[in-house]
Amino acid sequence: MGAILEFIQSIPYDQLLIQTLNGIVTGMILALIASGLTLIFGIMDVVNFAHGELFMLGAYIGVVVLATSGSFWLALIIATLVVALIGAALQITTLRPLLGRDPLTTILATFGISLVLQNYALWQFGPVARKIQEPFTGQFTLFYLQYPWYRLVIAGLSAAIIGGFWLFLKYGTFGIWIRATTQDRTMAQAMGIPVPWVHTAVFAIGAGMAAASGVLFGPLVGVNHAMGLDWVLKAFIVVVVGGMGSLGGSIAASIFISLLESYASIWVSPAQAVIVSFVVLILTLLFRPTGLFVPTPK
Amino acid sequence: MNKHHAIVYWTGFAVVLALLIAAPLVLPEFWRRFLTEILIWGLLAMSSDVLIGYAGMVSFGHSAFFGLGMYCAAAALLTVSPPNLWLAIIAGLVGSSAVALFVAYFSTRLRDIYFAITTLIFSQIFYVVIFTWTEVTGGENGLSFRRPALSIPGLFSTPFTTETLHWFVLAVVAGSYLVLRRIMHSPFGMVLQSIRENEGRTRAIGYPVERYKMVAVMLSGLFAGLAGVLYAVQNRFAAPDFVYFLVSGETVIFNVMGGIGTLVGPIVGAAFFLLLRETFSRFFTEYYLIPVGIIFIAMVIFMPQGLLGFARRWLNR
Repeated sequence: MGAILEFIQSIPYDQLLIQTLNGIVTGMILALIASGLTLIFGIMDVVNFAHGELFMLGAYIGVVVLATSGSFWLALIIATLVVALIGAALQITTLRPLLGRDPLTTILATFGISLVLQNYALWQFGPVARKIQEPFTGQFTLFYLQYPWYRLVIAGLSAAIIGGFWLFLKYGTFGIWIRATTQDRTMAQAMGIPVPWVHTAVFAIGAGMAAASGVLFGPLVGVNHAMGLDWVLKAFIVVVVGGMGSLGGSIAASIFISLLESYASIWVSPAQAVIVSFVVLILTLLFRPTGLFVPTPK
Repeated sequence: MNKHHAIVYWTGFAVVLALLIAAPLVLPEFWRRFLTEILIWGLLAMSSDVLIGYAGMVSFGHSAFFGLGMYCAAAALLTVSPPNLWLAIIAGLVGSSAVALFVAYFSTRLRDIYFAITTLIFSQIFYVVIFTWTEVTGGENGLSFRRPALSIPGLFSTPFTTETLHWFVLAVVAGSYLVLRRIMHSPFGMVLQSIRENEGRTRAIGYPVERYKMVAVMLSGLFAGLAGVLYAVQNRFAAPDFVYFLVSGETVIFNVMGGIGTLVGPIVGAAFFLLLRETFSRFFTEYYLIPVGIIFIAMVIFMPQGLLGFARRWLNR
């Protein structure tokens, strides 16, 4: 008992507060990436290995547009649109021919895309990390600690994008088509829904969301060609823990895992804190392989 | 007919083996090492073919087995003085099969894509552990050590030259091929193939599918670890980069390029990939993965059987 009490007393509560905020902010970014990934998986059975590279590409396009126009918001919008177009082109050229084949071949194709994009970025932009200037630098005081406004804005914007997307899925005509295709591809086709274009649109939307999160997250870390790898792995963990193909599940899992990682990094280095998410994954696989945040399947 | 097949098959095997034995005598130094490297990567790819081609499970975690073989061999070479080759091999095999048991226990509960992602994430666990546990693994810098001598206790001991190393690696790879081929033709291998074709039916017949899958992952991990040991002996270092999942990805690329389910296909795939890399890095320097990646995507779309896919039935007879 004494040891536990001592441990509780040793927790630095001010850091705990900061890490809660940090955890929610990274959780929202991760949710933005993972919801695209889980949607693409849910609709087309495609495990998109190149998702992290779309995130990275978004951040780089953000850097370029920011350098020429000087406007962060313009960079955010242009990066999202350009990467969505790139995503659509990739889907049409490489994934559409694979439709109807073993889903595992799509892992291979997207892994190839990821290698090409990553090396293209290295070739185009070099190995030195670029920085995106944050649009505003204000800080606010939380009790006696300083916390930058921008981080809260990221979390808010990510939530807004995900929320808007959810509304689109729920009420938009195309959103209804997307949901119909998720439920039953053949039936949707029989009802006259242009299923191949739904696939392309979903891939483009997922790519655009990844790009948006790349630009939003850019100011917090450097932008470099390998930044996508960490995120795509995290997003995979989130998608498995949240339940493959479940949008709500992956959002909940993103925040859950990011919070755990931020708390863990109070005691260990951030590189080691990643292990926490691995442990969550193992426990999930052992006790609830269908996902932590989805209803128990009957 | 069957006898005819056996004659052609073993003649082909002997010719290829003879060419590979003779190769280091005629090739210049660079290509000698290159050939040895192809064989080592080929062994890694062949081990993963057991899962991909025969059991129908795509593993994205072979870098963990390869890397653990490498690091355990490194540990044996660094702690025992003078460094002993056989001890390194035993250590590597024990390490990689222990890891394979651990990974297999969790990952074989899942199928298809879920299996692929789970093995990928498990290999990342080992990457993070190796990368951050600097006191033991050397962290980012890895470990470097002296190459052990080729020895048979009580008989002889001679330092490795490029030629003898090549022959040693060739012997190990050829032996592994024969062993794996035999296993894949045994009842055990047949059950694995029936799991690939129809898992539900295999279970309904009464085979304990999960146990078969676990043994398959361990078998595969064992040979991947052996490849790791060979790589460590050839290059005299162990680095965390080899545990990173990109190595697993390349292993899968070797398989797809060469043709899965053939055992020799992956070696051909490794040779093809490394030759492409060598060729393109003359023009594109370190960005060679751009053209190679595009070729790979094209092969996935247009040539899913790989280079040796046309001979798959023949090779498995």
